[in-house]
Amino acid sequence: MSKAIIKYSETLHTEEVEVDPQSNTIILDDRNLTVEQSSLEAPISGTVYGTLLNYSGELKALGSSLTKEPYKQPPKAPVLYIKPVNTITGFNSSIPLPEDTSHLQIGASLGIVIGKNATRITEEKALDHVLGYTIVNDVSIPHENFYRPAIKQKARDNFCPVGPWIIERDAISDPNKLAITVFVNDELKQKNTTTNLIRPVSKLISEISGFMTLYEGDVLLVGVPENPPLVKEGDRVRIEIDGIGYLENTVK
Amino acid sequence: MKHARVVFQDVIHHAIETNDGHLKLDNGQIVSEEEVVWLPPVQPRTVFALGLNYANHAKELAFEAPTEPLVFLKGPNTFIGHRGLTYRPAEATNMHYECELAVVIGRSGTNIKREDAYDYVAGYTVANDYAIRDYLENYYRPNLKVKNRDTCTPIGPWLVDAKDIEDPMNLTLRTYVNGKVTQEGTTKDMIFSIPHLIEYLSSFMTLNKNDIILTGTPEGLVDTKEGDEVITEIEGVGRLVNTVISEKHFLRIESDNAIFSQ
Repeated sequence: MSKAIIKYSETLHTEEVEVDPQSNTIILDDRNLTVEQSSLEAPISGTVYGTLLNYSGELKALGSSLTKEPYKQPPKAPVLYIKPVNTITGFNSSIPLPEDTSHLQIGASLGIVIGKNATRITEEKALDHVLGYTIVNDVSIPHENFYRPAIKQKARDNFCPVGPWIIERDAISDPNKLAITVFVNDELKQKNTTTNLIRPVSKLISEISGFMTLYEGDVLLVGVPENPPLVKEGDRVRIEIDGIGYLENTVK
Repeated sequence: MKHARVVFQDVIHHAIETNDGHLKLDNGQIVSEEEVVWLPPVQPRTVFALGLNYANHAKELAFEAPTEPLVFLKGPNTFIGHRGLTYRPAEATNMHYECELAVVIGRSGTNIKREDAYDYVAGYTVANDYAIRDYLENYYRPNLKVKNRDTCTPIGPWLVDAKDIEDPMNLTLRTYVNGKVTQEGTTKDMIFSIPHLIEYLSSFMTLNKNDIILTGTPEGLVDTKEGDEVITEIEGVGRLVNTVISEKHFLRIESDNAIFSQ
């Protein structure tokens, strides 16, 4: 059992509840409710920042192309992008398949939810600024080239399901040791772990906060592992992260 | 009408400009420009910025003019108001201003046609989209470390109602550094016009009220140093004053390299 923050769709505020991440269940005084039985919205309100190329396997897969045109050299600072507010949606909502593509790429990411403003924070103090963790599906239209910001590929309406809840920070003993698995129509499609992050959680927060403030309520995605699954119309996608639960959405 | 958001006597007010250049607060008080702290005139939601949207600027940076708008996004951390302070990182060697017409969206829309685009505009303001070119890398370029730094996007002073700007595609832009004109251009020279940008963005995502589009900058960029007063001005829209200060001064510290809070 862990403490979590949820947002019911008929309310304006979030609330704190007990949950069982293993079974994706909300524990109430008199009964237990699965998330499917509850109507939940994305439990977040701030800006969502994504991190590109933060898994060692991703960099490895790109190999020598990182030293060639147009990149010329491997990235030095964290490569960041923004998932704007029109993309944010919750558990069980549908992910629209735009007319100009046949497939979508699933971006399974651990989301770090900021609990208090973070500016110029050392690695040692970074976790003090974390409220908790959530699951984010950073959906994209598949694209091979990372030279220019991928707004058209990443900023479509409802391209960023978040949820089902924020698990409080202290329920996760080490955010850099979490298994992430993706199932499409109940078939295992991807398995990785945050052990493979190039910049672990604290280092990532510290480096970013050196030039931009992460505000209370903002969400920082640690990255998407290599070989992200592709999905098509009708597919049901489930992202599971150890100790947090699972996030499920359907492509429509 | 010209609208502002300001702090006066510790309270956030909406204000409008009076005929003689003062501010009329929402409680009726009349105050002067120097008596208030200026906030960004709208609280930004999604903020789009355009790269290389003036052909002469693209040439200046040795780029071909793009065939599709080059769009990047900005977070709320980077915005400050009129008369604000922007810090120059201690290690920076090239920090330049960018005077830009900012288009504020007034209502939400998807698949907006070019001919209807102005119906979705609430008004206009001025932005100075500073870039620290030292941090440019070729991944999602221009990257956030160049373009989304704290204090690096002054915006304001006013939100000017759309109906008060007869032709937003025919406005002179000017930047003054310490009183001397260093950049001059006209919105006529945009590669992708305001209606085109609204049509383009809304063709793949919903635009919402208080989203802002920074429409790019013409040629004439120079390095700015600590102590410089940088004024970005757009005809009929406003004159946005900003001062560049050193990182040390900004943090009120003695050391040159203590970038972390203790």
